[in-house]
Amino acid sequence: MNLKLKVWRQKDANAAGKLVDIEARDISPDCSFLEMLDIVNEDLLSKGGEPIAFDHDCREGICGTCSLTINGTPHGLSETATCQLYMRKFKDGDTIYIEPFRARSFPILRDLIVDRSSFDRIQQAGGFITARTGSAQDGNAILVPKKKADAAMEAAACIGCGACVAACPNGSAMLFVGAKVSHLALLPQGQPERAQRVLSMVKRMDAEGFGNCSTHLECEAVCPADIPALVITRLNREYTIASLRESVV
Amino acid sequence: MGLTGVALVGYATGHMLGNLQIFIGADQLNTYGASLHSYNELLWVVRLGLLAMFVGHIVFSIQLTRENRAAHPAKYAVPGYRKSTRASRTMMVSGLILLCFVVFHLLHFTVDKIDTSFATMHDARGRHDVYRMVVAGFRNVWVSGFYIVGMFLLCQHLRHGIASFPQTLGLNSQKLEVFWKKLAPIWAWGLFVGYVSIPIAVLAGVLK
Amino acid sequence: MNAVLNAAIPSGPLERKWEKHKFDSKLINPANKRKYEIVVVGSGLAGASAAAALGELGYKVQCFCYQDSPRRAHSISAQGGINAAKNYQNDGDSVYRLFYDTIKGGDFRAREANVYRLAEVSSAIIDQCVAQGVPFAREYGGLLANRSFGGAQVSRTFYARGQTGQQLLLGAYSALCRQIAAGTVEMHPRTEMLDVVIVDGHAKGIVVRDMVTGAITSYAADAVLLATGGYSNVFYLSTNAKGCNVTAAWRAHKRGAFFANPCYTQIHPTCIPVAGDYQSKLTLMSESLRNDGRVWVPQKKGDHRPPGDIPDAERDYYLERKYPAFGNLAPRDISSRSAKEACDEGRGVGPGGLGVYLDFGDAIKRLGEPAIRDLYGNLFEIYQEITNENAYKAPMRIYPAVHYTMGGLWVDYNLMSTIPGLFVLGEANFSDHGANRLGASALMQGLADGYFVIPYTIGNYLAPQVGKRPTPDRPEFKATEDAVRECTRRLLGIRGKRSVDHFHRELGRIVWDYCGMARTERSLQRALAQIPPLREEFWKNVNVPGENESLNVSLEKAGRVADFLEFGELMCLDALARRESCGGHFREEYQYPDGEAKRDDEHFQHVAAWEFAGEGGKSIRHIEPLIFEAVHPSVRSYK
Ligand SMILES: Cc1cc2nc3c(=O)[nH]c(=O)nc-3n(C[C@H](O)[C@H](O)[C@H](O)COP(=O)(O)OP(=O)(O)OC[C@H]3O[C@@H](n4cnc5c(N)ncnc54)[C@H](O)[C@@H]3O)c2cc1C
Ligand code: HEM
Ligand code: HEM
Ligand code: SF4
Ligand code: F3S
Ligand code: FES
Repeated sequence: MNLKLKVWRQKDANAAGKLVDIEARDISPDCSFLEMLDIVNEDLLSKGGEPIAFDHDCREGICGTCSLTINGTPHGLSETATCQLYMRKFKDGDTIYIEPFRARSFPILRDLIVDRSSFDRIQQAGGFITARTGSAQDGNAILVPKKKADAAMEAAACIGCGACVAACPNGSAMLFVGAKVSHLALLPQGQPERAQRVLSMVKRMDAEGFGNCSTHLECEAVCPADIPALVITRLNREYTIASLRESVV
Repeated sequence: MGLTGVALVGYATGHMLGNLQIFIGADQLNTYGASLHSYNELLWVVRLGLLAMFVGHIVFSIQLTRENRAAHPAKYAVPGYRKSTRASRTMMVSGLILLCFVVFHLLHFTVDKIDTSFATMHDARGRHDVYRMVVAGFRNVWVSGFYIVGMFLLCQHLRHGIASFPQTLGLNSQKLEVFWKKLAPIWAWGLFVGYVSIPIAVLAGVLK
Repeated sequence: MNAVLNAAIPSGPLERKWEKHKFDSKLINPANKRKYEIVVVGSGLAGASAAAALGELGYKVQCFCYQDSPRRAHSISAQGGINAAKNYQNDGDSVYRLFYDTIKGGDFRAREANVYRLAEVSSAIIDQCVAQGVPFAREYGGLLANRSFGGAQVSRTFYARGQTGQQLLLGAYSALCRQIAAGTVEMHPRTEMLDVVIVDGHAKGIVVRDMVTGAITSYAADAVLLATGGYSNVFYLSTNAKGCNVTAAWRAHKRGAFFANPCYTQIHPTCIPVAGDYQSKLTLMSESLRNDGRVWVPQKKGDHRPPGDIPDAERDYYLERKYPAFGNLAPRDISSRSAKEACDEGRGVGPGGLGVYLDFGDAIKRLGEPAIRDLYGNLFEIYQEITNENAYKAPMRIYPAVHYTMGGLWVDYNLMSTIPGLFVLGEANFSDHGANRLGASALMQGLADGYFVIPYTIGNYLAPQVGKRPTPDRPEFKATEDAVRECTRRLLGIRGKRSVDHFHRELGRIVWDYCGMARTERSLQRALAQIPPLREEFWKNVNVPGENESLNVSLEKAGRVADFLEFGELMCLDALARRESCGGHFREEYQYPDGEAKRDDEHFQHVAAWEFAGEGGKSIRHIEPLIFEAVHPSVRSYK
């Protein structure tokens, strides 16, 4: 099939970007969205142009690198991530808008590639359990009821793609932070640092310039890892309790 | 945000129930009105608390909204919303119009500046005749129309607001989720119907 | 000449070696650790765990990765699980059994001492990960759950849904984050290592390119660790992430690090077949599917009837037929090869006849669809997403794909390469899996190397090196930087007609056809005849647009493909020189009548480690003999 692409092109972080019209010709419905872009890039190259720069690595929906907003929706209508979107979801002659993940905390580096290091900095602020290498007790010494373990796993499944932020009209990172806080707060291992963790992660999140949550639920809708908005409720709860405890005792 | 919102919802609900007494009869409503005014100190406490909530709510909302705009400066070429509602995306608009409504409303029924004659309305027992005031007020189609519009916006605002505060306040959970989801629209539309019934009734001549 | 290959294996009985070695290893007092700078290239399981563990000990660590975040290293895509000799299931597992299975699985081409150590530290890995909050699957009582994996006879595999690699990596990543916050580790994402700096014969730094600004700079260090993963992408199509490359290892090789057993590549039997020529990568379907799926092809060649119309009598369940004992759970290399044979006989199914059926019909009859959905639901969904076929109704189509590379830079017992001060961890080294890796053992090795081996063994090298770290203004740094700049300048100067991907695809086709699942003298000769001309054309006719001073995807790819074009040749050379079949390396000339791989222990019970002999020079093959004291090499039979 043939498609009309409107692709965001931007030379670098400081340059101004704009949507550029590009044709994609005889695309097989079985090829993936990124493979479609590969084909388009080959075409651009043969015409002496520069290929469209986009982020990707595993192409399996797990690494969280791919980050395209397709027709206004981060990851498009993919079940999971952009790389798992297949062209059979489009019709011949469709016009497709391809933009980067947009948010103040995700500055554009080039074309469709953004800088998500703000996520790493939030993680560094406390998204871990202090467990010195080699000092751990036997794995079975800590019992974790299946229900708890499964709940923790559900939250831990976040692939750190940033679609939640890109989709949120407020550019809020609550789903991402909520997922990590939930994962660790649910496990017995996470208890000692529980309060400190949520306080410092939220502090960092705000410092990075992410917005606030006003329950638009776009994040939940686009999340490739199916992280439920309930993690945001938990984040708010954990945060309130922690700050109260801080201010009282 | 959540707290102030909830407080306002609480007031709006109580206030509606109070106003609905109008259907029981003039006497009942005026008694209610008078009883509200009888212990002045308390009334002022409530008023001030309410004012604080309003101011707080407005201040927070404006502050948060500005932060949120800043956090997501560039919009997408085509909107691709999946789950958010128009109500959720227009909280500021509905909210600010609500503000205008409330201001007008206060001038109208509380300070009696719109129609100064309201101030002098007294019933047989010499109480401030809230009943006649309300009926007189709503005879004016424009006034009623504005109220109805105001109520509709309130309803829109709360359709999202009531669905939102459980999450903001961390009161949601796997089990409660369904409950809140159902509650929000019921509550919001309930307020709408309750409030709007009054001007409609007046215009329809049910309340004279 | 193999004097150069001193594996530094500690003396004493196998089960005491590591204990003894740890005791004999030099310690560095806490105050002095601060004085050492260590460069860690890679943030996968091996790199992240090493950087975190070393930072925790007090060393100053610089860590690099090419992704935008260390959390995205390719380890993230590991699905099945991680082995450990915990014997939680009380089913007769033990350190010795894990050791033995790994040696046997590797077709007796791995180093006993290393493998035993791996098995020994395996259970500490699980403890460490649990403590970090890795949400391993649990039983209702709260104990850790296990599964049997890749045809193992005991249940020693720990898992977190189908995302074990992700959860383990996020665990290591969180440990890394902790050290970054503590200031002991400095992380450099989107930074590609392009060369090692050798000062007085020691690895004392690296040259990197900032992938955003294009800036080419160096970092001086007391020791350099490479944890840069495997080279499966030499085949272009593989289950590896698109960015996986041999660049770091290869450039180190060209600076003097020997490359061991490059011909040992693992082909995974259960991947989704190629759909078209636009295909950019292959997707793995977890091996667990083989627990309930039956593998078959039509008996008649060119039988194009839809699978449903082919009666049982006319199907060939070839694995069950050839390997009754293991049936559909036969080891990876065997299942893969059998699939290839079937397709070569013209009995393959699907587009291009490159696929075999993995049929759940019987399992669904036996257990019911809900039960199957419960077990494999998400895999069936992935399959549907990609192929648009419903595996509950019709059988899946699968085909083998390159998945893992056992070969890698040669390292001794301390994980140090033939360049003093250059250590190699994880899939990037050759150490533990011999000619074939057992399922769920790579994650184990990556974390073992990073958390529990390198923190001890690096001391032996570092202790005498105190104060010997050069400053980056040494001429060696300048010279290496210039070499790198020259290379990028050349690539950008060609402005030819063909894209980088074109050459990568072409190379992939050559090595897959001639050095893939089955190799022969002739096929390898062919490959060796075709690769050099391709490489020449690349340097004449590749089109790398743009400039160095910006984010330039084509330039990144070009550098990697240039290295693959050189490495691919070495891989074929090694395959040609190893005139035997073993594990993942199958030479059709060397097989038993029943098609089982035929080792030649008399002549090839050794590691082949290649020395780079200068541009255009002929690489030199060194050997490290493998001595088996504990186990006796036997013919690997899965009948
Ligand atoms: C689909 C799939 C499923 C798998 N499933 C399993 C399983 O179930 N069980 C199991 O045990 N194993 C499994 N494996 C194998 C296992 O995942 C890998 O062998 C292992 O994760 C390798 O880890 P590593 O740390 O050595 O390398 P990687 O995780 O590949 O990390 C390499 C790191 O090096 C960096 N790097 C590379 N080159 C450069 C450069 N030039 N400059 C700077 N940085 C560089 C990268 O950025 C990355 O951070 C699977 C592999 C695949 C592909
Ligand atoms: C007077 C002017 C008003 C303005 C400017 C305003 C503005 C807003 C805005 C912008 C929000 C969304 C912020 C967020 O959810 O985080 C909001 C939420 C809300 N508003 Fe208002 N509003 C006003 C009046 C009211 C009134 C009169 C009520 C109730 C009678 C009300 C109830 C709520 C509730 C319950 C929420 C949800 C709070 C939360 O999600 O935590 N608001 N308001
Ligand atoms: C049909 C709808 C409504 C009617 C008939 C109505 C009626 C009245 C009347 C009669 C009073 C004066 C009470 C008195 O001074 O004795 C009053 C006061 C007030 N109303 Fe309403 N009201 C309506 C809707 C609303 C709404 C939607 C809000 C805001 C959410 C609101 C907020 C107030 C406030 C803040 C006061 C002042 C209370 C005080 O005196 O302290 N009203 N209303
Ligand atoms: S929460 Fe979901 S959308 Fe947000 S980063 Fe994690 S996986 Fe991506
Ligand atoms: S979309 Fe945004 S507003 Fe909250 S619920 Fe999700 S973060
Ligand atoms: S490329 Fe890894 S998630 Fe899409």
